[in-house]
Amino acid sequence: MSDAPLAALRDVRKTYFMGAVQVDALRGVDIAFHRGEYVSIMGPSGCGKSTLLNVLGCLDRPSAGAYFLDGEDVAGLTDDDLSEIRGGRLGFVFQSYNLIQQLSVLENIVVPLYYQGVSERRAHAIGAELAERVGLSDRLRHRPFELSGGQQQRVAIARALVNDPLLILADEPTGNLDSKSGAEIMQLFDDLHGQGKTIIMVTHDASIGARSDRTVRLRDGVVEEDTRNERVA
Amino acid sequence: MSALPSARQLYRALTPARLKRTVQLGFKSLWVHRLRSLLTVLGIVFGVCSVIAMLAVGEGASYEAQEQIRRLGSTNIILQSLKPLEDESISREQSHVLEYGLTYKDMTRIAASIPGIRLMMPGRIIQTFVWNGPYRVDAEIMGTLPFFPEIRGLRLASGRFFSDIETETAANVCILGAAAAERLFPIDAPVGRSVRIGSDYYRVVGVIEAESAASMGGATASGNGAGDARQAVARPRVYIPLGAAKARFGEVLMKRSAGSFEAERVQLHEATVQVASVEDVEETARIIGDILRETHKKRDYAVIVPLELLRQAEQTKRIFNVVLGAIAAISLLVGGIGIMNIMLASVTERTREIGIRRALGARKRDITVQFLVETVILSGAGGIIGVALGVVIPFLITVFAGMQTIITPWAPLVAFSISGLVGVVFGIYPARRAANMDPVEALRHE
Repeated sequence: MSDAPLAALRDVRKTYFMGAVQVDALRGVDIAFHRGEYVSIMGPSGCGKSTLLNVLGCLDRPSAGAYFLDGEDVAGLTDDDLSEIRGGRLGFVFQSYNLIQQLSVLENIVVPLYYQGVSERRAHAIGAELAERVGLSDRLRHRPFELSGGQQQRVAIARALVNDPLLILADEPTGNLDSKSGAEIMQLFDDLHGQGKTIIMVTHDASIGARSDRTVRLRDGVVEEDTRNERVA
Repeated sequence: MSALPSARQLYRALTPARLKRTVQLGFKSLWVHRLRSLLTVLGIVFGVCSVIAMLAVGEGASYEAQEQIRRLGSTNIILQSLKPLEDESISREQSHVLEYGLTYKDMTRIAASIPGIRLMMPGRIIQTFVWNGPYRVDAEIMGTLPFFPEIRGLRLASGRFFSDIETETAANVCILGAAAAERLFPIDAPVGRSVRIGSDYYRVVGVIEAESAASMGGATASGNGAGDARQAVARPRVYIPLGAAKARFGEVLMKRSAGSFEAERVQLHEATVQVASVEDVEETARIIGDILRETHKKRDYAVIVPLELLRQAEQTKRIFNVVLGAIAAISLLVGGIGIMNIMLASVTERTREIGIRRALGARKRDITVQFLVETVILSGAGGIIGVALGVVIPFLITVFAGMQTIITPWAPLVAFSISGLVGVVFGIYPARRAANMDPVEALRHE
């Protein structure tokens, strides 16, 4: 693990407008994430968790401040560059899975590779391997609506891994799942962490937060608390 | 893992492989809403189909007309005798001889007054039966001069046309039209044999080559001695020297009708005047008209200028094409708007998908291409179906309605390319709208 942080925010602010109302979602966030870390971000609704995740995921640009990803300032990049970063170095896992309904499991998994220009044959080979890793090898031809929530989320995780990302960003990945499926998904994240993946996960659930290395608590758009956890397991 | 972005930017937006996959994806997405896609496409289908079909019918009709006219010859002026509009009271109550039409005197006068005339060819037409043993045909006997085939663009299948001497001596020779030859001599060759026309025998010296049905039905077929100058159904023709026609058949034709009987005296049924060059045609026709007007009290003649007819036909066709183009443009515009409408709905409906794709690395360009490809698939499929229908429908019209139709090779080509173009033009706006969505907003969309 190198000393330079993988992702670093310097006094990041984010202001947007909901109609005429000005919302200060982030009011000066300073935070750094290192390679191999497993971080949970917690806090009450409206504290800026999702905005922070969007900024980290290059889906949104900070209104002020700087975001360094792997040593490079993201602020100066074009929209195409940001797409390139999202598709090439980041992996997303959403609360509502966000699979594309008209595509099969395998096709969903390889969507990021498609935009990376990887050949179909190679993409399918990688996709099939990842499907096996998340335990869905027998569901490759199924469509998302034919799967349970837990299975869908596993497809999404496989998709997040398909480009071998620097950073996996997860937004309440177990929020829509029953406790058994949720536990399975969390086990997957633990395994990924064990393999050295860097994971940043937004969650409400303190027990999930406790599984991570480090918990960042946000309140009103600023970091309220940043603690290192003792490993539970 | 050092130099972060733009390092992998060399991936090309539209390699054939990528395009192929984008097209596959487009089909897949459209297939999800099969019925909607089909209905969307119908506008283009009907637009393209109607353009091709209408063009084919129009082209066929104008070809037929132009072919007829062309056969009359572009340096020719054709004079025809017309039965004047009669006073019913006079002609019905008392039987009398109705005298009308072009006279030999007219011919002399025209020949004397206009120096530019190259050839003048008078003709008489008699309607009667021609016999060869048991074979009989109801034919038009045309009394004319030796250069008739040359002027009217007829070719001899065998034998020869009659000569100047035969014309002067009113020899009993004849040339059979293809149809007449076929019916009178179904087995053996007609040249050298004799046929009976009226009470006299004529030696067959030649046979005219078969013409297309279209040109035979046309302008030179004069009615049965009476005034209906052009008759729709072509009768088999037999040509004899003008002198022979004059000597054997006289000038009076009898016609029995409902109790009374009518007789008509017509010297010439038609005459063809040929001028040296195309430029002289209209002026000469005008002068001939003036000359005839001086001597004829009634309008019992017609001056037909094939060149003028040809120009009119071309003019008509041009107008037709403009109207057709306008209809085509409107229907394709409507079709395009229909497609745009559906694509806008589709973009809104798939906002979430757009957000997901953007999060997974799709650039704006990729989203644009994705939706544009879908629109082009829609309009292209519409174009293909439209072309298929547009080719089949004229064929059916020809088979079932007997109308001639011509599909010019460029018509389907142009119609199809325009439909593709419609796809691009009307696809750009929805595609841009999809691409310019904010990824965060799009992901939040329900």
